[in-house]
Amino acid sequence: MMYMFNRNGVCLFYREWNRPLRTLNPQQDHKLMFGLLFSLKSLTAKMDPTSAEKGNLGVPQLPGQGCSFHSFRTNTYKLSFMESPSGIKIILVTHPRTGDLREALKYIYNLYVEYVAKNPVYAPGTPIKCELFNTNLDQYVRSIS
Amino acid sequence: MAAAAICSLFIINKSGGLIYYKDYGSAGRMDTNDSLRVASLWHSMHAISQQLSPTVGCSGIELLEADSFDLHCFQSLTGTKFFVVCEPGMPHMDALLKVIYELYTDYVLKNPFYEMEMPIRCELFDVNLSQAVQKDRGAFLGR
Repeated sequence: MMYMFNRNGVCLFYREWNRPLRTLNPQQDHKLMFGLLFSLKSLTAKMDPTSAEKGNLGVPQLPGQGCSFHSFRTNTYKLSFMESPSGIKIILVTHPRTGDLREALKYIYNLYVEYVAKNPVYAPGTPIKCELFNTNLDQYVRSIS
Repeated sequence: MAAAAICSLFIINKSGGLIYYKDYGSAGRMDTNDSLRVASLWHSMHAISQQLSPTVGCSGIELLEADSFDLHCFQSLTGTKFFVVCEPGMPHMDALLKVIYELYTDYVLKNPFYEMEMPIRCELFDVNLSQAVQKDRGAFLGR
């Protein structure tokens, strides 16, 4: 599955290719995902063993400030995360034994820039409905899985 | 390689309260309040990650990879969570967590004066834990 959020928490994009279980309705699912990531980022910035001075937990971090996590793994799935400097967050949920997906996330961000950000009829902050983005994304995901 | 292999260890009880925190000389040393907050946050994150699973049977986060550290978590069958903050790419952390769990069962749970879910104050546990961590660090640095 794939999610994309902007810096205000609006879910710009959600796509699933294989999801056997759905525990919550889509809105709740998106909110929960965003909340989890926001808190995890705050937690990693605080727990960073290499930086001596840190803000308090709960203070919103600017993108790129402080240590950020790039993936976590459970026994049933692996979640890979990337945040762009403009606050666009891209999340990919995959099989637990998937390798490092940071390059894939960067590629997807490039697709976003090409087909969505440069699209003159797209209004930032609204859900993405660009056909070209969808088709290219599907092609790319199929090629890497 | 000046950085310590393991940076810190946390043990949280079933309800998410911190019962043990040990720091092994990292710059990110936390005071008591912060460590308590971090532990509760982690407990909640662990639970939420189970909810978001695309398939059934998820038992929570086992490994979190960040830019400058990794966090390995082990949850026992009773709900007690052990997590370790270490350098990125450290191998065999799962084995170390299991060793720590064994030390916990031997020196803490079998201690007749220890109350369940309370902070751990057992000397033998501390001593053996330091030994186990030193051994692991020695093995890592010697490689």
